Amino acid sequence: MMFNPQVIIEKLPELGSGLFVTLLLWIAGIAGGVVIGFLVATARRFGGFATNAVLGSVVEVLRGTPFLIQIFLLYYGGPFVGLMLDPIPCGLIGLTVYSAAYYSEIFRAGFAAVPVGHVEAAGCLGMTRLQTIRRIQIPEMALIVLPPAVNLSVILLKESAVLSIITVPELTATVSAIGSQQYAYLEAIFILAVVYWALVELTDRLGRAAEYRLSRLRFLKA
Amino acid sequence: MTLPAITIRNLVKRFGETTVLQDINLEIPEGKVSCLIGPSGSGKSTLLRCLAFLEESTSGMITINGEALGFFEKPEGKRERLPPAQIRAVRAQTGMVFQQFNLWPHMTALGNVSEALKIVRKLSKADAEEKAMAQLRKVGLENRAGHYPSQLSGGQQQRVAIARALALEPKIMLFDEATSALDPELTGEVLKVMRDLAEEGMTMVVVTHEIGFAATVGQQISFLDHGKLLFSGPPSEVFAKPRHPRLDQFLDTYLDRGASMLI
Repeated sequence: MMFNPQVIIEKLPELGSGLFVTLLLWIAGIAGGVVIGFLVATARRFGGFATNAVLGSVVEVLRGTPFLIQIFLLYYGGPFVGLMLDPIPCGLIGLTVYSAAYYSEIFRAGFAAVPVGHVEAAGCLGMTRLQTIRRIQIPEMALIVLPPAVNLSVILLKESAVLSIITVPELTATVSAIGSQQYAYLEAIFILAVVYWALVELTDRLGRAAEYRLSRLRFLKA
Repeated sequence: MTLPAITIRNLVKRFGETTVLQDINLEIPEGKVSCLIGPSGSGKSTLLRCLAFLEESTSGMITINGEALGFFEKPEGKRERLPPAQIRAVRAQTGMVFQQFNLWPHMTALGNVSEALKIVRKLSKADAEEKAMAQLRKVGLENRAGHYPSQLSGGQQQRVAIARALALEPKIMLFDEATSALDPELTGEVLKVMRDLAEEGMTMVVVTHEIGFAATVGQQISFLDHGKLLFSGPPSEVFAKPRHPRLDQFLDTYLDRGASMLI
């Protein structure tokens, strides 16, 4: 048996549609995860003891169980509680909730990294809590949360491959289908690795460029 | 006699089981410099932070220019928290300067000073920056307006922080060990700004370890020890001999370091 990537290259249009679904779910998952994660972190910080305890437990459960099992439970267990979801919405919800748990921890650390005094100064100058979050805390924590947030986004891209088991037609599902039709598993898996790696590399570079610009803006401009 | 700028009545502050302020009663006169002195842990910073409403007192009342700060007292003696907007309105009468400056690192000096003018006072960017520039000029830093805090010395950062507080035109300025994080040379430039302010007749409450500053600029000296206000009066009385034995003991540590010529 020869290693022949030609088989896969002939199937580029199908590969493209799988890539599209992966990108769509990944980016939407990040967007939803960042927004919900930020709201959760904010609610935990300012919402009092009970809110913090409840949300904290939810986050711990989500962080303490494999994504594979969460998505299984949501897709196959959902119907038992009246939650019938198609594969793509199910994948999107699963990815968003899973990533929100991790993003919320990043933002929680970000809030904690802003010195209390900077917030107190804003209060003394008459800023409301919302104004302080928007104008002081978010910009100050941006540089601190950017590297772990980019790292998490990269992990999410790879975790999205798990969605193939609930028949979401994303990249991994598409490529393994091509592989089994053509009896070219090794080629398929190889191409898959290359595409994921290229996306991760691109994300990393974008993240680093953003980090550089942000720190330049803050510390070097005179 | 004019009304006191701040009236502190039966103020108690506890952190859990620890009582850090015990039944403080004090009037801060308008247009004068009041210094709070005392050893570390005496409660002087906590008292100042109560005046800025950064700490909420456990009981007692603070009124600023006749308006209750944070709480109002019901006829039967219970306290109730005032609505946030009202608390902000009373807090707006004071400006706070911190030991650690607490400038926002993502904004330039001008940004730090103009920020609250823009988003709290709702001035246009141009008006806010013009006002902010005037304050920076006052503390001698108009040529550092475009610098970020990380590019300024400690003394310059503290002067920006003072300009930031002054920009909102408070009636009372609160200083929490404003020079404790600075070396003696930089301390001088910050104390000069504070002296200038005192000469303009600004009401100031100054928590300080600079006994020399307290003795020469202060017009009311209050001495705290273990959460109690031991005594309060003009420096001529407080520092005159015979002194309160606890103050004598406290001052000894300064006299040891050669500050005897100051008091």
